[in-house]
Formats: sequence, structure tokens, C-alpha cells
Amino acid sequence: MVQTLNYLKESPSQTAGPYVHIGCAPNFASMKMYDGDLGACMKTGPIKGQEITITGQVLDGTGTPLLDAMIEIWQPDAAGLFPSVNETRGQADPNFTGFGRAASDMNTGIYEFETVKPGVVPWPDGRMQAPHVLFWIVARGINIGLHTRMYFSDEKNANAEDPILTRLEHQNRVPTLLAKKTADGVYGFDIRLQGPQETVFFDI
Amino acid sequence: MSLIKKQGGFIARDRNRQPDAYTPEYKSSVKRSPNAALVSFPSSISEETAPMFGHSMLGELDNDLIHNYARAGESAIGPRIIVHGRVLDEHGNGVPNTLVEVWQANAGGRYRHKKESYIAPLDPNFGGCGRTITDEDGSYELLTIQPGAYPWPNRANDWRPAHIHFSLFGSGFAQRLITQMYFEGDPLIKLCPIVGVLKSQQSVDALTALLDMKHTVPMDSLAYKFDMVLRGRRQTYFENRNEGK
Repeated sequence: MVQTLNYLKESPSQTAGPYVHIGCAPNFASMKMYDGDLGACMKTGPIKGQEITITGQVLDGTGTPLLDAMIEIWQPDAAGLFPSVNETRGQADPNFTGFGRAASDMNTGIYEFETVKPGVVPWPDGRMQAPHVLFWIVARGINIGLHTRMYFSDEKNANAEDPILTRLEHQNRVPTLLAKKTADGVYGFDIRLQGPQETVFFDI
Repeated sequence: MSLIKKQGGFIARDRNRQPDAYTPEYKSSVKRSPNAALVSFPSSISEETAPMFGHSMLGELDNDLIHNYARAGESAIGPRIIVHGRVLDEHGNGVPNTLVEVWQANAGGRYRHKKESYIAPLDPNFGGCGRTITDEDGSYELLTIQPGAYPWPNRANDWRPAHIHFSLFGSGFAQRLITQMYFEGDPLIKLCPIVGVLKSQQSVDALTALLDMKHTVPMDSLAYKFDMVLRGRRQTYFENRNEGK
């Protein structure tokens, strides 16, 4: 018998189910807990950079908005720095958490984040990535959380050089990753789980 | 010159270990599952960092679901259990200081939620949510009540086995994971279409907590042990050439 590698295996994912709010956004679920919901506010004071709103819906394969989704985002500050111990390039804006968590509205399916336009961060080979926000979506019927990225439609030059956007085989799917500027400081970003306009999801 | 150890990118996710998106026995997945293949890329700093939450964020009763929603002097109804274990990475290292959030039904199988309509009554002293942050070695502990099984709209007569939902962060957003803990010996496990999305008995076993008599408190609480594993990062060695700066 040869040796065994003895690595552990990642725990299998299971759906967050329809009641994810109880655990992850209890105040949204009408329970007064924890002095507020985690990730509901990404700014703890005045922050540097352009403050923006990101809003949209998560839509299923029939075009129906999900009313029970939970969406999380993670991004750097306006200077491209993450508030993380793994950030070695500098000190991130102390008043910016980088982390947002929102539930789809139970009637309209609309989610919303008040955040800052992110700066650029490097790709492992040193090239710069276009400004982007990581999205992670869970809900009833989603067996494992879906990772995607939101880029900005008004960052044409940076997007044209982005290591991921330029490497996508189906360039006609790139627009599914681009947030549209709908008003000053407001970006619309719908996530389509299935169908011809299906958002690109990543295994990353 | 010497070799220095550095964290590399995340080890690729073993998709054979993870459920597929499209699992028609679990009907809600049918229109909520992407059709296109996931696009694979190596992780970058965006995925290798994650929000940090300090122990100071926690209230005294956050990990005590028996009392954290109860009126003063009262407690939730149901069999008292301790749920404990460790959050590890694929190398077997404890994942320290990481947030663990849980939610569950009450002892009658009823959730405290607007959209929940099961006939079983709410327990006025039970909210069903809790959280904690792992210790330096990745260990965590919760006090709660054993949740009940409940019926749910899928096929005409589907029941969820007793379970506790877990949400985990880790040190990189690529590790983000939501899963469920089941209880050893529950006959509903093998009938459940949500458990059924798992691809192997090993995967089901990995989510099934064992009764842990060593961790029980005599005349007080039973205990279940539930370890969870998050993705690990490659360990790479770089030559340190002492080039100076």
C-alpha cells in the first residue's frame, strides 16, 4: 500500500434555502439581533473616493426576479487596497469595510449597495485588473454559491486590458459582467442565473 | 540565498465534491441553475482577501441560541445540545478568527420567518440565529436546541431532516461557503432531495455530525461534533536572493 496524501476535502455546499436571512440578516427578517445586520453598511465614517450605489435584481431562467436571494460583495477601496491582513501593498481606508451583504427585496427582488468605486488591483502576473467588485449569490435552489464579478461600463480602456475580460472565449457574454451607469453615481447590475443573457459565473 | 515559504493562490475547487447546479429532484434548482460552464481562472488578490470580523463584534449570547432570543429568565424549548468542532483548511490547518453564522428551525420544525407557513408553532423564546468566531486553532462552539424535521413544498411529500445551516468565511472570498449540518442516525437524510444533490455517501457523511458523548455536559446537554473544511491555498517556496531593496 502506498502512502496517502492525507489532504482534507472541502465540505460540500448545500443551498442557503429560503430562510437565509434568519442567520445572515436577522434584522431584515424582523428580528432585533446583533445591533444590526452584518454588511448592511460599508462605510463607518467619511470615505475617500467616489461614492456609488449598485442596484439590480437577480433573475431566474424565466426572467422572474428572485425574492429570496442574498447577495454579497467584496471589493477594494478607492485606492485599490483591501481591508485585510493579506493586503501587503498599503493601508486601506479605515472607514471602508469592503464587504457588503444585501437581501433581495421580498416584493420587488431589488438589491442595493452603497459603496465606493473601487481602485485597481493587480493580477498575479503583475498586470492591472480593471476596477471590479466580486459578487457572491446564494438562494433557495442554488446548490453552491455563485461567484461573479461586476465591472464598470464606463471603464472602457481598463476593461479592454483586463486579464479576465480579454480572455473570455465568448466575448458576446462580456456585457453580462458590465454595470450600466443609470444616473450620476448609480450603477445598475442585474444577474441572470440562466438563459441567453446568462451572467458569466466563475470557478475561481 | 534561502527558500521562503509563501501562500500561493487557492487550490482549485474539486467540483466532484460539490453539487451540480442543475438537480431536478430539487425543483427550485431547475430555473436557478446556470447552463453555461463556469469560467475557470486562478485566484487573484480579490479572491485571496476577505472581510475580517473581530471577536469584539460578538455579544455574550450570540453563540447561545437557547437564550439569545429568549425573555429574561426563560429559554427555548427543545432538547439542549452543544454543537462544536473546528473549521479547517484542506491542509488540515485550523482556520482561526473566522466568522461562523448559523440558523435553524425550532424544536417543532418551524422557522421564524415571514414566508414560513408550517403549522408547527413558533417558540416565543427561540429566534433560530446564532454566530461565533473561531479560536486560534479554528474551534467553535454553539449551544442550541435540536431542530425538528419539517415538510416543504417540492414533491408532494418531502421532509427535511433535522439540520442546522452554517455560513463560513475563511481568509479569502474564494472560500466563502454555506452548508448544512445533519444529525447522525436521522432516517430522513436518505430521503431528502436536498441531501440528494450530494454526489457520494462520503459527501453526505462529511455533513453528518456525530453524537459526541465526551463533550456532553452530564444532566444538562448532549453534544454533536461537526468539523468543516474550507479550500486551502498552495504553499509555494520562493528563493530569497537577498537582493535588498
